[in-house]
Amino acid sequence: MMPFRKFLRKLPPFLLTFPVLFFIFFPVLWLFSASLSNQVELYAIPTHWVPQHPTLQNYLDIIFPNLATSSVPRTFAVALLNSIKIASAVTVISIVIGGLAAYALVRIPFKFNRTIQLGFIATRMIPEVSLILPLFIIASRLQLINKPVVLIMAYMSFALPYAIWMLAAFFQSVPLELEDAARMDGCSRLGILFRVVMPISVPGLVSTAMFTFLLAWDEFFYALIFTSTLASKTAPVAMAEFVGRYAVNINGMMAGGIIVALPPVILAFIFQRYIVSGLTAGAVKG
Amino acid sequence: MRTLNKITLVALALIIVFGVVGCQKKQAGGVVIHVLTMDQAGLKPAEIDQIAREFETLNPDIKVSMEYVGYDYVHDKIVTGMAATPPGYDAAMIDVIWPDEFIKSGYLLDVTNRVTADMKTNMFPASWNGVTRNGKIYGMPWLMDVKYFIYNKDILSKAGITAPPTTWEELVDQATTIKQKGLVEFPIMWSWAQKEAVVCDFTVLLFGNGGAFLDTSGKPAFNNEKGVQVLTWMKKTIDDGLTNPSAISSIEPDVEADFLAGKSAFAVNWLFQYSDSNDSTKSQIVGQAAFAPMPVFAAGAAAGIKGSSVDGSSSFAIMATSRYADQTWKFLTYLASNEVQMKYSAEMLPVWQNDFQGDALAKLLAATPNNPVTVPAFQAQFPYANERPTVAYYNEASAALQLAIQEALTGVKTPQQALDEAAATWVSLAGK
Amino acid sequence: MAAISPPRPRRKLSLRQQDVRTGWLLVIPALLVILGVTLWPIIYTFILSFYHAPTGLNQVRTFVGLGNYLEMIKDRTFWETIGRTMYFTIVSVSLEMVLGMAIAQLIHSHPWGWRFLRFSLIIPWAVPTIVNGAMWRWIYSADFGALNGLLMQLGLIKHYVPWLTLPNLAMPLVILADVWHTMPFVALILQAALATLPIELDEAAAVDGANAFQRFWQIRLPLLRPAILVALIARTVDAFRVFDIVYIITSSGPANRTLTITYLTYLNTFPWGNQGIGASLSFLISIFTISMALIFIRFLYHPEETQ
Repeated sequence: MMPFRKFLRKLPPFLLTFPVLFFIFFPVLWLFSASLSNQVELYAIPTHWVPQHPTLQNYLDIIFPNLATSSVPRTFAVALLNSIKIASAVTVISIVIGGLAAYALVRIPFKFNRTIQLGFIATRMIPEVSLILPLFIIASRLQLINKPVVLIMAYMSFALPYAIWMLAAFFQSVPLELEDAARMDGCSRLGILFRVVMPISVPGLVSTAMFTFLLAWDEFFYALIFTSTLASKTAPVAMAEFVGRYAVNINGMMAGGIIVALPPVILAFIFQRYIVSGLTAGAVKG
Repeated sequence: MRTLNKITLVALALIIVFGVVGCQKKQAGGVVIHVLTMDQAGLKPAEIDQIAREFETLNPDIKVSMEYVGYDYVHDKIVTGMAATPPGYDAAMIDVIWPDEFIKSGYLLDVTNRVTADMKTNMFPASWNGVTRNGKIYGMPWLMDVKYFIYNKDILSKAGITAPPTTWEELVDQATTIKQKGLVEFPIMWSWAQKEAVVCDFTVLLFGNGGAFLDTSGKPAFNNEKGVQVLTWMKKTIDDGLTNPSAISSIEPDVEADFLAGKSAFAVNWLFQYSDSNDSTKSQIVGQAAFAPMPVFAAGAAAGIKGSSVDGSSSFAIMATSRYADQTWKFLTYLASNEVQMKYSAEMLPVWQNDFQGDALAKLLAATPNNPVTVPAFQAQFPYANERPTVAYYNEASAALQLAIQEALTGVKTPQQALDEAAATWVSLAGK
Repeated sequence: MAAISPPRPRRKLSLRQQDVRTGWLLVIPALLVILGVTLWPIIYTFILSFYHAPTGLNQVRTFVGLGNYLEMIKDRTFWETIGRTMYFTIVSVSLEMVLGMAIAQLIHSHPWGWRFLRFSLIIPWAVPTIVNGAMWRWIYSADFGALNGLLMQLGLIKHYVPWLTLPNLAMPLVILADVWHTMPFVALILQAALATLPIELDEAAAVDGANAFQRFWQIRLPLLRPAILVALIARTVDAFRVFDIVYIITSSGPANRTLTITYLTYLNTFPWGNQGIGASLSFLISIFTISMALIFIRFLYHPEETQ
C-alpha cells in the first residue's frame, strides 16, 4: 500500500478538487435537472433539486421532431448538424493553416514577421457587431447567404488569428535545443516542423483544436444574421428561439443546452488521451 | 516531399470546406419570394408553412420561402437584409413601433393603391394604425394584440374581493388586502425590465392618467406632472411591497411565469398569458385567470378616459426594393384573407371585423375553449389601444425612456429628474 | 560605364534565404484567408466612422471627419460605459487567471481523479453562451431561482432576493456567470502548457532543495509565460468586448448598470440606426484593446527565438 506520508501529501490536492467540482457541476446539474422537468415543476417553491415528476418530454421533442408540439424542437436536429459541420471545418482549416503560420511566425525571422503577428492580433479587436454589415453585403453579392460556407469564412476571421496565436505560444515552449539537434541531423525547416515540433506540441494542438471548435460552436450573432432558413441555422440560433417576448420554454432550452453541449464534451473525452504530460521526458537527454 | 506534404494538407483542408458546402439545389424557373416573420406568437411556423404551400398550389409560378426568427431579432434581420441588393427579404413582419423608422430609411413599399376598399372597410380600422402614415398605407395588418389586465379569480375571492378593480388606486387597495391576508407576497406583476416591455407598461399607465408622450407641438410631454405621477406611483407600489420587486428585471415571459405559478393576483400582459394559464403543462392555476378592463387612474377617469392599453400589433410590409412586389402582395393578400384567417382562428384572432359578427362569431367562439373568453376581452380592450410615439427615432428615444424609468425605480434618480433627462434626449434626437 | 560582370554561376539560395522563403510560404495561406475576409469590412467600417451615416437606403451620408469620435468622447454615457467595461474586464480576467492557474496546478499535481477533473472542465466551456446566459438568468431568478433556493435552504437568507434588480450586484453576477463559463479556457491552456514542460527541470530543482512555492514562481511561471500571455491577452480582449452574455442575462439593465461598450456599439448600429457612431465606437474599442494587448506584450513578452 501507499506509504502514509505519500498519502498525506496526496490528500490536500484531492480534497481541493471537491470545491472545484462543486463550482463546475452545481449549475450543470441544475441545468440537467431543469431539462428533466416540466414547466410547472421548474417554478416550484421550494426549489425541486431533483424533479419529482421527471420527464423526458423535452428531449423527446428534440429527438423526435415530428411529434413535437412547438416548432423550435423540430428544427433542432438540423441546426445541431449544421453546427457540427461548420465548427469542424473551421477547426480543421484553422489548425492546418494556422499551425503552419504560427510556426513560421515564432521561429523564422523574416521581414514583417512582427507586423503580421500584430496584424493578426489586431483583426480580433474589432467587435463582430461592426463587421457584420459589410460582411453581409459581401456575402449577399456573392450569393452566399444561408450557405454554410459563408459562416465558415466569417468564422475564420476570428478563429484563425486565435488558433495562430495559441499555437505560436505552444510552439514557442518547445525547447530550442530539440530543433537545433534536428537541424544538425540535417532536417530542413519543414522537417523540423513536422517531425519534431508538431509531435511534441500534440497537447497544444489538441487544446487549440478544442478551443477553436468551441469558438465556432458557440458563435451566435453572425449565425443569426447570415443564416435563418430552417436548413441552415446553427444550434445557438435555434436555442435563442426557446425564449423571447412571447415564448417561455426554459425546460426546452435547458434540454437543448445539454444536447448542444454534448458534441464538444464527447470530442474532449475522445481526445483527452492525446494530451499526455511528460512527453519530453526522454527527448532532451537523447 | 515536404512541400508536397504542405500542399496536400492545404488541399485536404479545401476539400473539407467544399465537401461541407454540399450541393445546393438549383431553383427551377419561376419566382421565389422571401418572407421574414417571427415564430413566437400568432400562427405557428408549421401553419404558416402550410398556408404558403396552399398559396403555391394556387399560384404555381410563385415559391414562398419563409424564415422564422424570435421577435427580438426580426428588426436586426430586416436592417441587414435591406443592406443587400437584391434585398434579403421581399416582405417582413413589422412591429407597430417600426414603420416610421423604416419609412424614413426607405425600406417600405407604399401599397395604398393595392389595398382594396373591402380590406379598408372590413378590417378593423385600428389594425391599419400600425401601417398608415400621412394617409399612405405601407403594409397588411396581421396580428392584433394589446396588453390585458388579467387577475386570479380564486385569490380575489379568498381575499373577499368581489370585483376586480376599475382604477389603479382600487388595485392598490385590493392588493394591500391580499397581501395583508397573507395570500400572496407580491400581488402585482409587471414587465419593467430595461427593454421595450417597460415602455409598453408605461404607455398603459400614462394614457390612463390622461398623459401623453408628446404634446401637440411634438415636444415631450411625459415629464409633465401626469407622467411624473405615474412613475412615482410605479415606484411606490414596489416600495410598498405590492409590486414584485423582480418586475425591474422582468419581461413578459417572466410575468407569465409568476402569474401561472400563482404568485401574483394581478398581471398586465399580452393575450398569450390567458391561454397559457389554462394549459396544465405550464400552469398551476388552470381555470383561475380572468380578464378585466384595464384600470385607469382616478384622475384619468375624471378627465373622461374610459380605458387604456398599448397597441402591440404587427403587420406585414413589402420591402421597397423587392423585385417581386406584385407576387408578394398576392401572397400577403392570401395570408390575410378572411378564409385563411378563419381557418386558423384558434391560433390568432382574425383582422376582419365581420368575423366578429353573426355566424362567423359563433364559429370563432367555438374554435378553441379559450376563445369564448378571449374574444370578448379583445373586443372590449382593443379599441383603447394607445400608440407609442410615431417618430423615426423611436428606438433610441425608447431606450432613453427605459433608462429613465429604471433609474427612477431603482432609486438612482427621482422620477422628475429621470424623466426630464429623457425628455432632453428626445429633444436632441428630434433635432438631428 | 558599368563593366560587364561575368554571368553569375547559378547556385542555391543561401540557407537563410531559403528559410525566409519557407517562412513566407507557411504564412501566406493564413494571410490570404484573414485579409480576404476582414480587409474590406475593416476598411469599410473605418471609413464609415468619419461619416454621419443613418441606416437606410436613401440616406445621405455626410462627412463629419472626427465628429463621431468627438461626440462619443464628449458623451458621459460613453465614459461611464468604458469604466463599467473596464471593471468587468479587470475583475473577470483576474478571477479567471487566478482560478485557472490554481486549477491547472491542481490538475498537474495529479490528485486522484485528476483526469475526471480535467475532463469536467470542458463542460462549462462547452455550454453555449446562449444557454449559459439563460441558465444563469434562471439561477438568479427572484422567485424561482436556484441561487435563492440554495441560500434559503442553507439558512443564509430569510427572504428571496431579486438579484438582478440590484444596481450594485448586477454586474458582479454577470461576471460570475462569465467566469464560470470561461475559466476552463484559462485552466486548460495553462494545464496543457504545464504538461509540455520538461519534468527534469522540476525534479532537478526539487533535488536542489527548492520547495513547491519556489518551484512554482521561479521555474514554472517563467516557462509558462508564453501561455499566460496568450490566455491573458485572449481573455482581456474578449472580456472587454463582452456582449452576448449581457444581452441575455440583463439586457444592459438595471438602469444601464451592465451596459458594456460593445453593447452600446450594437445599440447604435442596429436598433438606433447610427452607423457612423457605431463604426467610430468599434474603432475606439479596437484602440483600447490593441493598447491593452500591446501593454501586456511589452511587459510580458520575451522572445526566445534567435534573430
